[in-house]
Amino acid sequence: MKIAVLIKQTPETADLPTVTPDEVTRGAFQAKLAINPWDEFAVEEAIQLGERLDADTLALSLGLSLGLSLGLSLGDDAANDAANDALKHALAMGIAAAKRIDRAGLTGGDLWTTAAALAAAVRAEGDIDLVLVGKQSVDENSGAVHVGVARKLGWPLLSNVVQIVDIADGHITVTRAADGVQETVAAPLPAVVSVGKEINEPRYPGFMGLRKASKAQIPVLDPAALGVRAEARASWSNLRKPAARATTVRLISGATPQEQAANLVDALLNDKVI
Amino acid sequence: MSVLVWLEQRDGAVVPSSWETLGKAAEIAQRLGTPVAAVVMGAETAAAAQAAGGYGAPTVYTLTSPLLADYRLSAYAAALHQAARAAHATILLAPATTNGRELLAAVACDLDAGLAPDAVDVRVEDGQVIAVRSVYSNNLLTDVVFHAPVQCISVRPRAFPLPTPTSAQAAVQPLDFALAADAIPEQITANTRLGDGKVNLTDAAIIVAGGRGVAADPAKGFALVAELAAVLDAAVGASRAAVDAGYIPYKHQVGQTGKTVKPDLYIAAGISGAIQHLAGMGGSKVIVAINKDANAPIFSRAHYGVVGDLFTLLPALTAAFKQRLGK
Repeated sequence: MKIAVLIKQTPETADLPTVTPDEVTRGAFQAKLAINPWDEFAVEEAIQLGERLDADTLALSLGLSLGLSLGLSLGDDAANDAANDALKHALAMGIAAAKRIDRAGLTGGDLWTTAAALAAAVRAEGDIDLVLVGKQSVDENSGAVHVGVARKLGWPLLSNVVQIVDIADGHITVTRAADGVQETVAAPLPAVVSVGKEINEPRYPGFMGLRKASKAQIPVLDPAALGVRAEARASWSNLRKPAARATTVRLISGATPQEQAANLVDALLNDKVI
Repeated sequence: MSVLVWLEQRDGAVVPSSWETLGKAAEIAQRLGTPVAAVVMGAETAAAAQAAGGYGAPTVYTLTSPLLADYRLSAYAAALHQAARAAHATILLAPATTNGRELLAAVACDLDAGLAPDAVDVRVEDGQVIAVRSVYSNNLLTDVVFHAPVQCISVRPRAFPLPTPTSAQAAVQPLDFALAADAIPEQITANTRLGDGKVNLTDAAIIVAGGRGVAADPAKGFALVAELAAVLDAAVGASRAAVDAGYIPYKHQVGQTGKTVKPDLYIAAGISGAIQHLAGMGGSKVIVAINKDANAPIFSRAHYGVVGDLFTLLPALTAAFKQRLGK
């Protein structure tokens, strides 16, 4: 049994409000970069499954977002560094092996380019039974790359998984959450599983893990050799900060909570908010 | 060339964001001078197809099969693909619900189409469709420009108004679902409907949300939030701080790493208003802040503010609304 986990590096969640259009265009951020938080759940799940099922684990990454077809030619080095950082974090947590997909030739591609590269890397391994991935990234927010990976591999996709119930007899059974429903679904392996925050509590890398990761040599995969090249079926344009909404707060007064409440209800009804 | 909209059914009814999407799609199609159609799939499709005419679809494709009773990506993607072929669709839209986002991404990938997931706006410029997306967790906006002949856009719930239905009838075009049972790898063995008819966060017109301010008695605090929500037919939301502290499950989380919501009214009780929370609810039409701390950042984004203790204010508000709304 072999499990692949697909990860990327993003600006830290807390720092996302500081990200500027210019930084995204240049692929260089003031913000601290870290593994995409959703992917961390996928890494943790891969490690736990690896221990439980005595399975091999492998992390794959392309690093940062692909320049989002903004016509970037710079930033490949930064992206490759970012991929290494994400992969080293996964190794430090306990993933057994890591491979980086080189960015050369992929810049300017769209999310299907990313999906094609990841799917090709998974296929090239030849013996992957399960692909784990976070349900979306906190930068591009597309939630679509893992869907593309599953479609390009021709494997079933179980998304928004909150619990892996069982892996046995060539099948995986999971609990997944969708809008207003929680369901138990089974599918034959190989399969792609995207995970949500409810699935586990990612561990912090320990000292031994960090030491192992710092010494790790991460093999590089050449996209051309994988048969993947950049294509943009859609691209971003006019990246901008949303216009700030100017609001003035109307403070509702009252001598008692009851009076405050009544005054607020009056205001909301008078202003036809309700 | 045509515009095709997927209508999502849940618990036997069409999800409202499907109609919002159809309303916008009809407008786009008119601008482009192309026909618009809808597609609905499930074990039953007649009622949804009937309703679709009133919401602006002159044609509705239906795929009716017990194999489509529950959402399964393989089956639904095959069905949507069939409808796209039948309609000669070049622009596909779906509500960006959990299933809609995934389904449209899958079909877009299969068709090698351009994809704009979870779009907050769609417009036509020089005969081209342009989608607007909110990215970097609602901290940046970007236009999405298409270069492929087929273009797919999932539309964030409540991005567009719910159209007023007319008495128009759609021409129903039934399609035979072409997939055999053994070609669908996913098997659903159990499902639980959550929420027992409670309002879904992303579809909600009103949200009452609680935060760290409930810390003195979290169970009571969220019970008070839920009581006010019940009177207003509102959904219950929460800040990340409240979720991380274990006061309430993650599915209620609003903000950068939770749900993005855009209700007509958002009542934030005991939520300080961290920038990550504002990223998820800042688009609400009207924001009411209830907080003990008059300097809480939430007041700088709120339209109405009440400085006070949520443990006394929430029950007072519930009582006042009950009285004024006659409930």
